[in-house]
Amino acid sequence: MAIASDINPYQGALKGDNAFAQITDNVSRIMEAPKPPRAWYIAMGFSLMLLAMFGASLGFVVWEGIGAWGHIHPVAWGFPIVNFVFWVGIGHAGTLISAILFLLRQNWRTAINRFAEAMTIFAVICAAIFPGVHIGRPWLPYWMTPIPNQMGMWPQFRSPLEWDIFAVGTYATVSILFWYMGMIPDFATFRDRSKTTVRRLVYGLLAMGWRGSSRQWHRYERAYLLLAALATPLVLSVHSVVSFDFATSQLPGWHTTIFPPYFVAGAIFGGFAMVVVLAVPSRQFFGLKRIITMRHLELMSKIILATGMLVGYAYGMEMFIAWYSGAIYEQFAFVNRAFGNYGWAYWTMIFCNVLAPQVFWSKKMRTNVWVIFFVGVLVNVGMWFERFVIICTSLARDFLPANWGYFVPSVVDYATLAGSFGLFFTLFLLFCRYIPMVAMAEMKAFIPEGHAHDH
Amino acid sequence: MKLFVFPRWANKTRLIAGAALGGAPIYLTAFVWYGFSPKTTDVGYQPKQPVPYSHELHVGELGIDCRYCHTTVDQAAFAAIPPTQTCMNCHTLVHPTSPKLLPVRESAATGQPVQWVKVHDLPDYAYFNHSAHVTRGVGCVSCHGRVDRMEVVYQQETLSMEWCLDCHRNPEPHLRPPSEVTNMNWTPPGDPIAYGAQLREQNNIHPPTDCSTCHR
Repeated sequence: MAIASDINPYQGALKGDNAFAQITDNVSRIMEAPKPPRAWYIAMGFSLMLLAMFGASLGFVVWEGIGAWGHIHPVAWGFPIVNFVFWVGIGHAGTLISAILFLLRQNWRTAINRFAEAMTIFAVICAAIFPGVHIGRPWLPYWMTPIPNQMGMWPQFRSPLEWDIFAVGTYATVSILFWYMGMIPDFATFRDRSKTTVRRLVYGLLAMGWRGSSRQWHRYERAYLLLAALATPLVLSVHSVVSFDFATSQLPGWHTTIFPPYFVAGAIFGGFAMVVVLAVPSRQFFGLKRIITMRHLELMSKIILATGMLVGYAYGMEMFIAWYSGAIYEQFAFVNRAFGNYGWAYWTMIFCNVLAPQVFWSKKMRTNVWVIFFVGVLVNVGMWFERFVIICTSLARDFLPANWGYFVPSVVDYATLAGSFGLFFTLFLLFCRYIPMVAMAEMKAFIPEGHAHDH
Repeated sequence: MKLFVFPRWANKTRLIAGAALGGAPIYLTAFVWYGFSPKTTDVGYQPKQPVPYSHELHVGELGIDCRYCHTTVDQAAFAAIPPTQTCMNCHTLVHPTSPKLLPVRESAATGQPVQWVKVHDLPDYAYFNHSAHVTRGVGCVSCHGRVDRMEVVYQQETLSMEWCLDCHRNPEPHLRPPSEVTNMNWTPPGDPIAYGAQLREQNNIHPPTDCSTCHR
């Protein structure tokens, strides 16, 4: 099968007759360089500071109890659940890129799939921490798993919070397997290029004895296809289940059938925004511009535009259904969302998620790295606010006015939120330096040179 | 410099790693299942008491009723540990000079209580009411075992939450007429389940199983 040159983003990007070697060199030199670029140190220093803040604030919450957060009577879910949904959502782009785009033969994904998958895993790690701490006794999370025990307790399988454990657990497991298995041939390349004993040993262990024989390749391709097929339903299921946490409740603003598709679209939207936020500086500082080309960024901008419109449609449809339902509580919930106490959060969300991506209609804008990066950041802010709006505005104003309240986050809330970015970026920076950031082996199959005799 | 190359035997480690990875969850489950179970950690707890008091002698041989010493058991949550005066009711006359009873006589003279060691100790977050059970016909023996055969009292049951719940969910096999609660030798007439069901109906017993029953 020939690849049409207009779809292949590597066409002409890798000049010369040694394209294969260029890919290997470009990716391996990040690990081989005696020192990473200065920007890496600056970013790492900043991330470690945030990570320390994360550790300190979580430690304080464990010591002091979750009263350290700004939770008040009707708003018991506050920041931790907002952050949980935000981080789980971020991960979805990675799975979409690695699984669905693979099955759909979207070959441009190979330049970005490795670090999008890494992003998925790091985001899920960040996400898992929040409910783990929010349960109030973070040393007892195993109570949520069906382990026979001397307490005669069993998880409540009718609760969507319990479904979450399984949805996110499966998601993390499959994502890690998929990510790791995809890296085995590239670890072997790193192993073979390593010049120190320690690196040879470590990368050798990670490569699990990969020799690149045709039998190994055959099995590798099979396994990759199977894992892709396994991961595909997860793109839809995980955030659907997360949305059930809200949709199955009776609370106006949560009790909505549109939630599962709306959450999935939002997750992919936010996830792709995070991919471009990470891709733009990474390709700049690690010299990967010829591998992650402008064409890639443009394609991702288009996906952001498309999913942003889906999310915008969902916002509109929520309002329409609230009016059309004739239910006064539902109507109040949505009018209050836009014009009540938390109106500022709602309009921040609308600006970042619906208006900001509209600039991508212009080709000039979606090929400008600054615009792409900036919109990516805005979308991430907007998606965080979306979860805040859904969770906090709905809880703060429920059926009984006597039960109303106003949630104000505490300093610890802000510190845990900012700190989770520290964990995420620290993991990501370590990944950039020590792990093959681009799927070298996979990519070589898709560059034009890989099809020199294919007509 | 000679570079590191994996030796040939490294190929075999995959098998070992696979077996270890597969076996670890099974081992861990079994370890926690048996090792952390109160059957292993708590059952058989028999601390050394300050006085060599024998329940076997007093209850089994002499036939003193439980309530002679543990006076509050059918009125209060806590089954009282008897004051030294209860011992002295008899021991001013019986074995008044026995060296084994020295701590009891000291206690009686000084007014300082004997430092008995609690055997059946529930966690502080679990609320338990003796009178609620005793007056409804749950026998002492159901939880404490054959105390009349214990030279020194030890913990016979697990006292785990599951053990509590087993009975709360299915109380019939453990019910008896409230008049027989302290009788260590009592056996149900006829079919124990049918008799238990009859007692349950008769005494209006509905053991709650919600969290706040015990965790208040």
